[in-house]
Amino acid sequence: MNASTALRQGWQKVFGTGARSERPIAPDTTHGTILYLEDITVSFDGFKALNALTLYVDAGELRCIIGPNGAGKTTMMDVITGKTRPDAGSAWFGQTIDLLTLTEPQIAEAGIGRKFQKPTVFEQHTVLENLELAAAGNKSIWATLFSPLTAVQRDRIDHVLETVRLQDRRDTRAGVLSHGQKQWLEIGMLLMQDAQMLLVDEPVAGMTPQEVERTAELLLSLEGQHSVVVVEHDMNFVRSIARKVTVLHEGHVLAEGTMDQVQNDAKVVEVYLGE
Amino acid sequence: MKPSTPLMESLLGERGTRIFLSVLVATAVLVPVLHLTFDAGSPLHLSSYTMTLIGKYMTYALLAVAVDLVWGYCGILSLGHAAFFALGGYAMGMYLMRQIGTRGVYADPILPDFMVFLNWKELPWFWQGFDMFWFAALMVILVPGLLALLFGWLAFRSRVTGVYLSIITQALTYALMLAFFRNDMGFGGNNGLTDFKDILGFGINQPGTRVGLFVASAIALGLGYLACRYITLSRAGRVVQAIRDAESRTRFIGYRVESYKLWVFTFSAVLAGIAGALYVPQVGIINPSEFQPINSIEVVIWVAVGGRGTLYGAVAGAVIVNYAKSYFTAAVPEFWLYALGALFVLVTLFLPRGVVGLADRFTPGSREPVPEAAKA
Repeated sequence: MNASTALRQGWQKVFGTGARSERPIAPDTTHGTILYLEDITVSFDGFKALNALTLYVDAGELRCIIGPNGAGKTTMMDVITGKTRPDAGSAWFGQTIDLLTLTEPQIAEAGIGRKFQKPTVFEQHTVLENLELAAAGNKSIWATLFSPLTAVQRDRIDHVLETVRLQDRRDTRAGVLSHGQKQWLEIGMLLMQDAQMLLVDEPVAGMTPQEVERTAELLLSLEGQHSVVVVEHDMNFVRSIARKVTVLHEGHVLAEGTMDQVQNDAKVVEVYLGE
Repeated sequence: MKPSTPLMESLLGERGTRIFLSVLVATAVLVPVLHLTFDAGSPLHLSSYTMTLIGKYMTYALLAVAVDLVWGYCGILSLGHAAFFALGGYAMGMYLMRQIGTRGVYADPILPDFMVFLNWKELPWFWQGFDMFWFAALMVILVPGLLALLFGWLAFRSRVTGVYLSIITQALTYALMLAFFRNDMGFGGNNGLTDFKDILGFGINQPGTRVGLFVASAIALGLGYLACRYITLSRAGRVVQAIRDAESRTRFIGYRVESYKLWVFTFSAVLAGIAGALYVPQVGIINPSEFQPINSIEVVIWVAVGGRGTLYGAVAGAVIVNYAKSYFTAAVPEFWLYALGALFVLVTLFLPRGVVGLADRFTPGSREPVPEAAKA
């Protein structure tokens, strides 16, 4: 063992190894399903935010989740991304990755990306730097300190800039982007992460009609290559993109099906009109 | 100074950095020349006192750069960096003590005077090896580095952040101060380590040695600055700034935030230790008062006054505040602390980006403002 390998190994012992080496294998979706949530229960001081929630999402599917406030939509996202640990139940990403055993960064590396309700881009960094930060690859200190981006990563950035239509904004500080542009940048960051599954929380809240339309196009263009789960209140938007809608209520699934099916479902009508 | 490689180009691709490095190189050349070539009577002569004072400022500037890296870039408001500075200083002081040999008051070939005075018969284990310069130099790096590593590991792993972290860094430096004040710790108690004679075989008060220490400080400051600048320009630097602005978001996109913080904190502590090691032979003493909590707070004030998150601002702040301190403590000593407090309040209220921010405002085509979020 020469000196530089020894130094590097010592370094890795203390500061952690490259992210890739610890990355769980890609989700196994041979059965066509990418996310399995079964009997998930989460209680906060006795209040059951999720009550035996069972939900499956297919690979490449664009799924919308709707439900009144407090239905458990955000808690469900928190469970999937590892922010909240459920009291009971199981959560699998593909057939082989047990989400409940992974930490938040490990889940992100496994391929689940989350877009928060409020745009959370790095405001002091440029659009390009935001995408660079999110780029999949070795995220260890050693790598980020000494090696520049690979050609593959740079191509990917260009491609994503195009997808989210921010090519002419690449050197703009993210903080000065419009609200809609920030949301798209954030979706671009999820794409940079090579996220197989995107969790998108209220993407069109506060957007202009043109921006809403553009966002719908963007999400639809991802269908097939990525599984996308959208939580949204805007019914027109949901109608414009959704193939399948899941209605959550009091921590469990109330109804599931096409938009027309759920809108005519007696239980759904009661919950929404009864409010 | 012509940029030759892309790396040099980006390291020097900022006006503040170019100005700082030009001034540093000019100082490192001119001051020794003025000191050595002109007689004491000549109007161009620069006294040994002035040169040592500037050398001292340079070690302070390196400490300020280290604090700017953790605070201005990573958002960790460390109020204990003077402790790492003092530990580096003590490691150097121990080497200098062992160089005294039989020239001490008690003329013991091995034991420093204070140990003879305390009636100790043997050199304690932790003083072994300090008669060798290379060993002391290694300890200058290892002692602050390992303490920062251990402390940071415990603190960051438990996700201690913000004001709580600041408070425990104050506790760290305070605890070290109390420990070093004790005679039986074996570091000379409240007198500390002093009466140095030689460094590497050269008399510590010889003009040549003084110049050597001065130039070494300038080189350390220059290299330390460039290392920090390299870090801030690398992808790792952008990750560190992302941690400062949105820590949990950075964790979500897959970075091990704790590892990055630990690494930056440790690196910064090592720089502080090196600064301390260069400080001690120039001022000729190290004692536990260097661990005083107020010292660490003063460093943060230097950085705030200069302008955090720029590195060169930290250097400017260290020099300006310390020059003011030298002036005030000579002219009106009782007012210094009030002046320091007032300075901090005024800068916080009116110059959130410090002196360099003020300078930028009056020069066209300057950088964008330093992030609001940097106000940790």
